[in-house]
Amino acid sequence: MYEHDVIVVGAGGAGLRAAIAAKNEGADVAIVSKLHPVRSHTGAAEGGINAALRDADSWEDHAYDTMKGSDYLGDAPAIETLCKNSPKEVIQLEHWGMAFSREEDGRVSQRPFGGLSFPRTTYAGAETGHQLLHTMYEQLVKSGVQVYDEWHVLNLAVSDEERPEDRTCHGVVAYDVQSGEVSGFRARNGVILATGGPGQAFDHTTNAVSCTGDGQAMAYRAGVPLEDMEFIQFHPTSLPSTGVLISEGVRGEGGILYNAEGERFMFEHGYANNDGELASRDVVSRAELTEVNEGRGIEDEYVHLDMRHLGEERIIDRLENILHLAEDFEGVDGLVEPMPVKPGQHYAMGGIETDENGETCVSGLYAAGECACASVHGANRLGGNALPELIVFGKRAGKHAAGADLETAKITTGKRGEYELAEIDSPVELGEPGSRGDAVADGGAVAEGGATDGDSILEATVTAEKAKIEDLLERDGIHHSEVRSDLQKSMTRYVNVFREEDGLKKALRDIREARDRYQSVAVSDPSRTFNTDLLQTIETQNLLDLAEAITVGALARKEFRGAHWRAEAQERLDDEWLKHTMLSWNDGSPELWYKPVILEGEEKTYEPKIRSY
Amino acid sequence: MSTQVPKQKEAESPAEEESAPSVGKQRRDQAKAERRTAAEKQKEAAEKAKEAEDTYHIKVFRYDPEVEGKQEPRFDEFHVPFTKGMTVLDALMYARDHYDPSLTFRHSCRQAICGSDAFFVNGSQKLGCKTQLSELSEPVRIEPLPHQDVVKDLVVDMDHFYEQMHAIEPYFDPDELPDGELEEQRQTRENREKVKMSTRCIWCGACMSSCNIAAGDNQYLGPAAINKAYRFAMDEREGEARKQERLKIIEQEHGVWRCQTQFSCTEVCPKDIPLTEHIQELKREAVKSNLKFW
Repeated sequence: MYEHDVIVVGAGGAGLRAAIAAKNEGADVAIVSKLHPVRSHTGAAEGGINAALRDADSWEDHAYDTMKGSDYLGDAPAIETLCKNSPKEVIQLEHWGMAFSREEDGRVSQRPFGGLSFPRTTYAGAETGHQLLHTMYEQLVKSGVQVYDEWHVLNLAVSDEERPEDRTCHGVVAYDVQSGEVSGFRARNGVILATGGPGQAFDHTTNAVSCTGDGQAMAYRAGVPLEDMEFIQFHPTSLPSTGVLISEGVRGEGGILYNAEGERFMFEHGYANNDGELASRDVVSRAELTEVNEGRGIEDEYVHLDMRHLGEERIIDRLENILHLAEDFEGVDGLVEPMPVKPGQHYAMGGIETDENGETCVSGLYAAGECACASVHGANRLGGNALPELIVFGKRAGKHAAGADLETAKITTGKRGEYELAEIDSPVELGEPGSRGDAVADGGAVAEGGATDGDSILEATVTAEKAKIEDLLERDGIHHSEVRSDLQKSMTRYVNVFREEDGLKKALRDIREARDRYQSVAVSDPSRTFNTDLLQTIETQNLLDLAEAITVGALARKEFRGAHWRAEAQERLDDEWLKHTMLSWNDGSPELWYKPVILEGEEKTYEPKIRSY
Repeated sequence: MSTQVPKQKEAESPAEEESAPSVGKQRRDQAKAERRTAAEKQKEAAEKAKEAEDTYHIKVFRYDPEVEGKQEPRFDEFHVPFTKGMTVLDALMYARDHYDPSLTFRHSCRQAICGSDAFFVNGSQKLGCKTQLSELSEPVRIEPLPHQDVVKDLVVDMDHFYEQMHAIEPYFDPDELPDGELEEQRQTRENREKVKMSTRCIWCGACMSSCNIAAGDNQYLGPAAINKAYRFAMDEREGEARKQERLKIIEQEHGVWRCQTQFSCTEVCPKDIPLTEHIQELKREAVKSNLKFW
């Protein structure tokens, strides 16, 4: 067993920032990550980091844009925390040597991005995430934080009280990929989940194959609510054949979208008469698919993104990486021809419910970054708002877990504040088949003899995980990849940009079937050494739980808000739906409830307005 | 240039010298042996694919220190249905998901930024996700990176690479910072341009694997680490004092002077970083700074 004050799970932007912050508070910190830190998917972020750095800009404007972008489903305390802290966190990165693009006067460059009232997207070419990830890893090396890389976290060691709000997280159980050793990691102060999003629940995604939502699934099964899972961002410009992302920076610099008839449809078909290509991502994605569905797509599949008119010099200066991506992954030279693009799953706005200090309702358990939902992004994330979220909330979670004093959070977690329970209208039984229906199924571990100290609970969790692995290795059955692939196809078909009741119900049936089939999966590689077959099989279980949560949320929310569009209710219904969709894992199946959105900021209340661009 | 499996394992005859397998493992092995139907199904699928016209023939290095039949390195052949734009990584994933789930390789982002999937493809270091099958002659031979210990199949031990990267103190460490948490350091566009290529490194290890010097001198910092040092030494924001310290690190016995400008690192770098030029430039900087102190 290993023991530290703070255990950070995941080593992307949020995890690295959390670890550095906790270390600076004097805590003994370790990172446990299934990938080496520099392999994390933060590195694939391209566009930039929103921060109100300049005199003509203000954090208040950034907050207003973010709230509007969220379609009034973000919580004001979280949004204001993000926007107030982003400038100093961006300058912190600059002080750590990050290679930002520069202006003639030597200051960091900023560019326009969708949904922003000021060009406040601070960037490093079209490889901002890569620069951010490596800069932070460098500082991590400097700080001497211990990294257990290629240790795949299997579960959280959480006590088994009846109410999740009474539970405590004592550590994690992880699997050493190289040796097959299963070991407990005791966290004296806290565990911070920074495990990224569940993009692999879909088959056309900009996300890495490692983005399997492990932390979300573990927290969910330990009783922590998942919030607003139905809000999935489909990025309007991904390459059709691979899902590789083409940065919003292309449109920020002046790139234009054309349909098969050569029309600049964002304007000519009235999707966004003011902002055109730079409308919010959800608006542009729906516009593109509408063009395709109405027969104006190219090869009935995609539209064109043209940046040729920007000229070679500007493209090389600010978007060079895009040329490489288009060439390597689509065989297109962006300097001489337009690039084919279509919407692709990109980001999960929802996630593990936290407050603005990164705390969940389970004591000692934190979450930050894409896996968390504070909620900053509400129903739709603005481009350039993911990276500041990593550094602002990663830092806060790290500090808090290390025992630093932060202001008391205004957001409540778990069923501590106002909430309402609801029924799920599912055509099939939800949850895990044959669930044992006790606290163990909820994620809580029961130690032998009923001991409730942290060490015993961790030991019991280790024993349970070892048994699970032995079982997967020993039995006979089907390969998980069939189950995963069918799940991904169903999600992309039915839980995409446009959603309707029948389709969502079909998806739930498919998920039910996939869950049933998953009962008979087996791992055919018998090896203890680097058994990726085993680990991917475990990841597929996580994807099943999260795909179900996304779809249940999408079925429940009968309105159109942000990235969530419903055929049956094509408008935003503020009277009924200014509330967060909450799902709790209860006796092995999801329980649906709602909690109100907080629109009251520090100085003002954000009144919902019609969202047009 | 050959692929290395860990030495102690190479000499052993598999069954005897291994410590006795656990009961669980024996049971597992037995269960696997009995699982003929699944294996036959896979074989059938593979045969079918072979018969189809548009397939690519790949030969993949296999090795597992603890699985019988894989302790001696061997090549397995797969015939993968070809689709336009298919990469080496796509082919490996297809082979794993349809023919042999135990086929093991690192991969994550699929877009040449995470640096996980550098392999030795038809005799040259390449990123699997960035290499089109259509540009390769068949059979496509896919091996782990040479000059690194093989953990299993295409997975190599990266620890030595990481140690060398860490050895150059790879973190920004300026002589002084502006006052105030909202005050940025200024950097000219020219200076940012100068370090830009060096910051593109994705730590894939292709350069180190291609380098003859690194192969013969285990302590040589290697192209990636020296490039990382370049990234900081040339950044005007760090200041002169720190730059001199950095130059001391890279001009040590196993530093820049080992490079014999064979350009193999530059040739294989998937991010087109002019590694050899950067090493040469640091040699010149080191000479200049030594002259200054004489």
